[in-house]
Amino acid sequence: MGKSNKALLSRRTLLAASSVLAMPAVLRAQDSTIKIGFPVPLTGPYGTEAQDQVRCAQLAIAEFNEAGGLGGRKAELLVRDDKLDPGEAATRTLELIEKDQVNFIAGSLSASVQLAINNVAKQRGILFNSISQSDQITALPDWSTTTFHEAMTPHLTAGAVGRYAFSHFGKKVVFLRADYAYGNEMVDGFKAAGAGMGIEILADLRHPLGTTDYSTLLPRIQALKPDILVMANFGRDQQISIKQATDFGLKRTTKIVVPILLYTSRVAAGAQAFEGVVGGSSYYWGIESNTPSAKLLNDKYRKAYENRVPSDYGALGYAGVRSILMGVKAAGTTETAKVVAAMSGMKYDSYKGDQEFRACDHQSVQSVFIVESKSKDMANAFDVFNVLATDPANADNLRSCKDQGHV
Amino acid sequence: MEGITLDLLILQLFTGLALGAIYVLLALGMSLLFGMLTVVNFAHGAFYMLGAYAGIVLLGFGFNFWLCLLFVPLVVGSFGLLCERFLVRRLYGRGIDYPLLLTFGLSYMMVEVVRIVFGTQGMQFDTPDMLVGATDIGIGYFPTYRLFVIGVTFAVLGALWLFLERTPYGLIIRAGARDPQIVRILGIDVARVWLVVFGIGTGLAALAGLLAAPLQGASPEMGNSILAEAFVVTVVGGMGSLVGAVIAGLLVGVVVAMTSLLAPEMAQVSIFALMAVVLLIRPQGFFGRAGLMS
Repeated sequence: MGKSNKALLSRRTLLAASSVLAMPAVLRAQDSTIKIGFPVPLTGPYGTEAQDQVRCAQLAIAEFNEAGGLGGRKAELLVRDDKLDPGEAATRTLELIEKDQVNFIAGSLSASVQLAINNVAKQRGILFNSISQSDQITALPDWSTTTFHEAMTPHLTAGAVGRYAFSHFGKKVVFLRADYAYGNEMVDGFKAAGAGMGIEILADLRHPLGTTDYSTLLPRIQALKPDILVMANFGRDQQISIKQATDFGLKRTTKIVVPILLYTSRVAAGAQAFEGVVGGSSYYWGIESNTPSAKLLNDKYRKAYENRVPSDYGALGYAGVRSILMGVKAAGTTETAKVVAAMSGMKYDSYKGDQEFRACDHQSVQSVFIVESKSKDMANAFDVFNVLATDPANADNLRSCKDQGHV
Repeated sequence: MEGITLDLLILQLFTGLALGAIYVLLALGMSLLFGMLTVVNFAHGAFYMLGAYAGIVLLGFGFNFWLCLLFVPLVVGSFGLLCERFLVRRLYGRGIDYPLLLTFGLSYMMVEVVRIVFGTQGMQFDTPDMLVGATDIGIGYFPTYRLFVIGVTFAVLGALWLFLERTPYGLIIRAGARDPQIVRILGIDVARVWLVVFGIGTGLAALAGLLAAPLQGASPEMGNSILAEAFVVTVVGGMGSLVGAVIAGLLVGVVVAMTSLLAPEMAQVSIFALMAVVLLIRPQGFFGRAGLMS
């Protein structure tokens, strides 16, 4: 007993001593650079998108620093590879907070990974601005006051695409979904949008994540002759399933619609496979013709990165970091509570027109672009989409705060 | 189930055969290696993947798809020859698990090297222009390229059959598989026969990978899942039986296609359920020789 007391005592002394020693370090950290941790899946299937997120996030940092920072305090981005794995992401986030002493976290590129990051960040009272899609993160129990969501939600995206598709292409619908959170949340969103529009669901088929052959599902879909085939899958699954559906001649009778039409996927897969496919997008560089903030971002990107243009998910990296830094400027400090207060309800136009962090759940209210893949009349290698419509920023298109458990 | 017509059933049957064609090519090579060399080749999926990437490289050098059909099996088959000559050969006669473990390790190395060289993203592989689109086969539209894959598979089967059954070299291979010692006594270099067989087996895997690339693109992991399916086909057909590989390959394709139509959520399981049933009734598979594994 006495022995363990002694041990406890010495440990307490040690802790006290070390915290005294650590104090100046903490103070110094607060005085000098503003550190933003940025865990994204640099390796793995979404590596291309993640690397573009880093490029764009660096632009936001540079912009802040060139404008003088926060009274001379410069910002710094600490990029980490979360390997698209929730466990890995949690570990990296913990390191960023405990070891690197970051002030804020932005990042993630998966529904489940962002929840893992959010979980670590909220326990330690660190502000996290997520830049990938999820319905769950803005709802209780995952959400906390330090949680912000820069990206669109599946409910918003699928709703916008559904409203457009069901009114333009027809009411007879077949769903083909990847059987996991992303596919299921998206299909729910489409169904919610179609409920009031009198759509007829001919079939709702599921395939496992990572399927490489869809041929056995396609003759049935072909025979049903739907007006619309919604493919609620992502990345490589999306590329392969669209290609095979095209090979089966499905486009003869049916419009293929996807919740998110990725710029990077379309560039990688080429015009042939994606011809005529319609989907939603958080950003397309082509909106610069009527959106001044988009033009500003594109020009910065062109100048920094060999005249190329930012991708949709890449641009979110810019917006995610920029929002935090705008909050810091408005609050005049890096203190979490004050930055949260400044960002909550903040109106801004970073890259795609007017946006606002809804006060109740910190979801960014924003427009959704309905784009169609081009196969001819392309002005250059980046000219891959036509913007068919813009679903304007409107909080009514989001899940209500009450539905998500907020009071 | 409403909406299922006879036309749809026939179309689905056709889809199954096309799917089975790739299984057949892959399982054929595996069965050849097992039947002749008693090598359970766990790197077969990696050779399949290598076929797709070899195609991309050759297309990059200005080859067209038709030349690739010829050169990809040659290039990858030659790599197979090297693997046999310097690695697998040392393990003959040491029991079945030695080459199994060797090829297992080899497959990891091959996948990792491809990841390093070509990236983890996977690459796009366009369908050759002549075979783009769908053809009306009377009961509905069917992808032209899949018809082509069925055609190539049967052409390869014909060629392989002629080679094994109608040429002196085929005779030696068959004799070497049945009784290597007697063949050796007759003054034939069995080691060389085995070398050639390994080359043919891996070349066939590469051809299957090349044919699959326009359907699904190329990715470093593309061989992983199909390896499991190819094993099912080999086991159902009977380890080491070429006829078995063909019949089981087509059967597995059709079973997957039909379950996808009637109960889509069961499609993944159906292939393994089929294997379980066959093994319960006939442990050596359709055409397998009992006791080959022991």
